[in-house]
Amino acid sequence: MTLELFLQHLTNGISLGSLYALIAIGYTMVYGILRLINFAHGDLIMVAAYIAFYGVGIFALPWYLSFFIAVLLSMTLGIITEKAAYKPLRNSPRITILISAIGVSFLLQNLGIVLFGGRPKAFQVPEIFAKVYNFGGVNIVGVTFFIPVITVILLILLVYLINFTKAGMAMRAVAKDYDTSSLMGIDVNRIISLTFGVGSALAAVGGIMWSLKFPQLIPTMGLMPGLKCFIAAVVGGIGNVTGAVVGGFLLGLGEILLVAFFPDLSGYRDAFSFILLIIILLVKPTGIMGEKIAEKV
Amino acid sequence: MKKKTITSLLIILAVIICLIIAQRTLDSFSLRILNLSGVYIIFAVSMNLINGFTGQLTLGHAGFIAVGAYTYSLLIMDSDLKQMNFFLKPLISPLDTLQLGFFPAMIIAGLLAALTGFLVGAPALRLRGDYLAIATLGFGEIIRIIFTNTQSITNGSLGLKGIPKPDNFFFIKMDNSLMWWIWVAAIITVVFHLLLIDSSYGRAFKAIREDEKAAQAMGVSLFKHKVMAMVISSFFAGIGGALLASLIGTIDPLMFRFTLTYNILLIVVIGGMGSTSGATISAIVVTVLMEALRFLDQGFLGLPELPGLRMVVFAILLLIVVLFYPKGIMGNEELTWSKLRRLFGKPFAAKEVNR
Repeated sequence: MTLELFLQHLTNGISLGSLYALIAIGYTMVYGILRLINFAHGDLIMVAAYIAFYGVGIFALPWYLSFFIAVLLSMTLGIITEKAAYKPLRNSPRITILISAIGVSFLLQNLGIVLFGGRPKAFQVPEIFAKVYNFGGVNIVGVTFFIPVITVILLILLVYLINFTKAGMAMRAVAKDYDTSSLMGIDVNRIISLTFGVGSALAAVGGIMWSLKFPQLIPTMGLMPGLKCFIAAVVGGIGNVTGAVVGGFLLGLGEILLVAFFPDLSGYRDAFSFILLIIILLVKPTGIMGEKIAEKV
Repeated sequence: MKKKTITSLLIILAVIICLIIAQRTLDSFSLRILNLSGVYIIFAVSMNLINGFTGQLTLGHAGFIAVGAYTYSLLIMDSDLKQMNFFLKPLISPLDTLQLGFFPAMIIAGLLAALTGFLVGAPALRLRGDYLAIATLGFGEIIRIIFTNTQSITNGSLGLKGIPKPDNFFFIKMDNSLMWWIWVAAIITVVFHLLLIDSSYGRAFKAIREDEKAAQAMGVSLFKHKVMAMVISSFFAGIGGALLASLIGTIDPLMFRFTLTYNILLIVVIGGMGSTSGATISAIVVTVLMEALRFLDQGFLGLPELPGLRMVVFAILLLIVVLFYPKGIMGNEELTWSKLRRLFGKPFAAKEVNR
């Protein structure tokens, strides 16, 4: 393998990895606070992509406006999901709330089939993302370059939000101890909504960039990325934002490089992340950066 | 004989009489739905054992069903049929000429699925809660991906076509022998699970569900019982998979995506986690509803054709059950005579009070 080819694969891996990282953050934030795998998170990717598609295709909006509206609407949908399907079950056994999440995901997918149709649609990629740039022999499509850049910008904003604002402090408090933080005067419901909002917005951005990279829309398109990003969150240590980013890059790079070095195994590309998940869970169940939680009897 | 045993035998007899009437009167479409509900009873009751009774949320059922379906199909097809199916890459050596009867093929399908259940369960059941759910989901997907890629064993994504139906029921030639196989298997599955839950093993399973720590303190081996529940559950899933393959006649890896697991989970949740009779009732209700609601997809009340609306209804149904009736039809109790009496026959209940 020549150096150019390797760099080509590397940039692909980095851009896929940053997509995974972006979506994984949503999982990890929600899990940190509610101890819930939000199975519907992946389907927000699909919703955002379709809204962006219709914004450009039917309402003839400029792409940036359409993308912005898509992020806003998916954020609202994420918050509504929490209020409708998870909040009433907050004191139920965790298995019940998990099944509720599966139900929401099932509903969104099938609603997608009814509203958008089951046939794949081609996403219109704006000029700026489709152009091919050449960096010293390595050809990079615009979107491959923009994805990591946007991810880094969003990550900086997120780190600022979590570590240096009052709302972020409240989020950390709720994640640490739900009951005590409500006693300390934190409006827990508002913080949970905020968490869902931020997570869903990141998933929506991820979803739009996903469809820029793989411009084909189907109602079940959120399934695989959703699962893989959840795996990324677990691998990095669920509940830990840095861990989610590390896990996302590990997964993205691993997947691309596996196919690059062993083309025979390309059929097993999707299995890679699951095998990685199982190994991590068996060796270090708290993930790479996760803290060890003492079990209470 | 105890009174309970006699009533149970009477119920089984009643079911068999109903089946005889059904196969004489129903058309082939209704019979197919009847058979499908039998297969779904097997799926739901077996999934309920690990998810409902033992309280370990595992989402790998579709994988075990796939193992059962493929094993059965490869064992029952004759070599000509196999050659017709495997036109891209020939089937590997011992399998291409091997052919077994229906019963041994089905049992081997179950055993191989049970072995898979053990291989998956032994490492995965060390995990708990959502980690377990996601790990088993992963294993189920890996099984499917392996089946898609091992072209010379499973024919890859092309799938297997023309899987023959059995023409006899324990060497008795019959018209609808498949229906008898399916329903006898379903009855055996239900009876087996009822007896199992009543045994000391069943009590251990329930103890693990209620409180793992307390169960362990009382001397219940967590690992042994969890793996046992998983192995039994996947054995019946494999049997169900074999019957499904025989009923549908065509299988391909895409059939066994985790959507199938979700469908079975829907049945289990509606029936009530931890109730064999609930799972049985709900399997029949949901399978019949899935067909009965087909008119929703084809446009009704002047609405245009909306393919997929049926599944939206089911998703909403699942959410309503989870949010408002978390116990499902039966909760974690079984259907008993005294409960039926309380429900329908007020006079009986009054008499009992007087006595």
